[in-house]
Amino acid sequence: MSSLTFTRYELVRTIRNRRFFFFSLVFPLLMFLTIGGSNANTEIVPGVKFIDYYMIGMAGWGAMLAVMSSGARIAAERSIGWVRALRLTPLSVRGYFRAKIAAGYLMAGLSIAILYVAGLVLGVRLPLSNWAQMTGLILVGLIPMAVLGILIGHLVTPDSLGPVMGGTSALLAFLGGAWFLPSGWLSTVGQCLPSYWLCQAGRLTVAGHSWPAQGWLVIAAWTVGLVAITAQVYRRGEGKS
Amino acid sequence: MGQGTNQAAPHPPNARAVEVGSGIHLDRLSKSFGSVRAVDDVSVTIRPGETVAILGPNGAGKSTTIDMMLGLTRPDTGSVTLFGQEPARAIAVGAIGAMLQSGGLINDLSVRELIDLLASLYPHPLPVDEVLQITGITDIAARRTQKLSGGQSQRVRFAAALVSNPALIVLDEPTVAMDVEARRGFWATMRRFTDSGKTVVFATHYLEEADAFADRIVLMSHGRVVADGPTTEIKARVGGRSIRFTLPEAEVEALQALPGVSAVDVKGETVRLTCTDSDAAIRGLIAGFAAARDVEISGAGLEAAFLELTSDDHDETDHTAGAPA
Repeated sequence: MSSLTFTRYELVRTIRNRRFFFFSLVFPLLMFLTIGGSNANTEIVPGVKFIDYYMIGMAGWGAMLAVMSSGARIAAERSIGWVRALRLTPLSVRGYFRAKIAAGYLMAGLSIAILYVAGLVLGVRLPLSNWAQMTGLILVGLIPMAVLGILIGHLVTPDSLGPVMGGTSALLAFLGGAWFLPSGWLSTVGQCLPSYWLCQAGRLTVAGHSWPAQGWLVIAAWTVGLVAITAQVYRRGEGKS
Repeated sequence: MGQGTNQAAPHPPNARAVEVGSGIHLDRLSKSFGSVRAVDDVSVTIRPGETVAILGPNGAGKSTTIDMMLGLTRPDTGSVTLFGQEPARAIAVGAIGAMLQSGGLINDLSVRELIDLLASLYPHPLPVDEVLQITGITDIAARRTQKLSGGQSQRVRFAAALVSNPALIVLDEPTVAMDVEARRGFWATMRRFTDSGKTVVFATHYLEEADAFADRIVLMSHGRVVADGPTTEIKARVGGRSIRFTLPEAEVEALQALPGVSAVDVKGETVRLTCTDSDAAIRGLIAGFAAARDVEISGAGLEAAFLELTSDDHDETDHTAGAPA
């Protein structure tokens, strides 16, 4: 009796899903190759080259899509009765969510790795400590995103999943500065979002910083808030199955 | 996962963490959806090793009763214990295997992978290959679950319920998408499986199915249990033939005394005898009531008799519902 096999099959299913593959792995890579390759050496902020910034932004965005869509697929699994069938097995709800998050993180890791390799090929050069630190921060920044995916999976129907996921992730990526650094009021709003700290993890690292207290606070607050809301939504739906 | 010996019977069911000896208790269950009372004060006790059919037409409350039994739907009032535990607890220790009417087949996996996945969640599963073989799906084991026909999906669902090697197996309309031959095959497999003393509860609206497989029938209509007893007894009640004839000035008591007659219904000159043994009744009728004419024995079969019984109940219910409180 182990949820390890369950997690393994969760991953197998994710890899076999072509749409998922394209949007969270291929799409960010294509964006990086076409846009990141031009103006590679322009400095976006003093000391941070455009190509470095863009690689990290796309890695963060791809990783964000990967963890969010892993949870969001619960919408389809609810509608075809899979969640109901699993409730009749010894697999716990926690075990089910753990497998979703584990599969999401593994796919996110793959997405990040692909972007790093593409970055290296196009000439991104950073000290090893920078690579390590920004990867660590991205992985922490993904926590609220994984919970958000599970929440979306419980709120929407499979029909509306595409638009809801596309809209939410695009907005979060835009305000978080995945494509360019927001300024003015956009930046003020952005700094309250977990996606901002996720996408800026690299820029800050390259410039020699970690997250300021605000970054940690935003990530922690969103995680706590989203877990509370998701638990509420889950309990409300439980009686109806 | 997948290890074990080669036969279905010797595997111990997942009974270690539950008190199998205490059986299944549904105690005064009720559930309403809006103004519709789907299940109304249902109490059933099932002993370990029994095979029980919950029989009733569509909308009788069978599925809601099963959902409450499995903890998928919370009853408004009443309680359920499975082997001395709450449903969620009995499920958590792997004592329950269930086959629902639809769904439960996740896509992007092959049939074999799906069964292997489910087996991995239970403490004492049956070997996957053996389950594929006894449910007759070895030939489609490599096929993706989204590419199955209705009948194939049904067999995969059956395999999913068996692989858990449960002490109690619950089946909600298990043969609904099957033709006659597939249905027969299904129950033959099931019988082999239950020879090892497992408890089986299944919902069906086929009387023949309940008759052929169950030891006991719980007959439901409009959310209530209208009869509960050994299959032979319920069958006599539900499946008996009826004799109609014309007889002026019929004496109810005399007709009631005929052999094989369970009920007498007189409307004007038309009499209907509900019979447990129509052969004995017709002999008695001809010998004792020379004036009876236009005699008809309804040989409409079990289904029609069953529908008749439950629709009579319907009239009553409507009447009661319409009366002022």
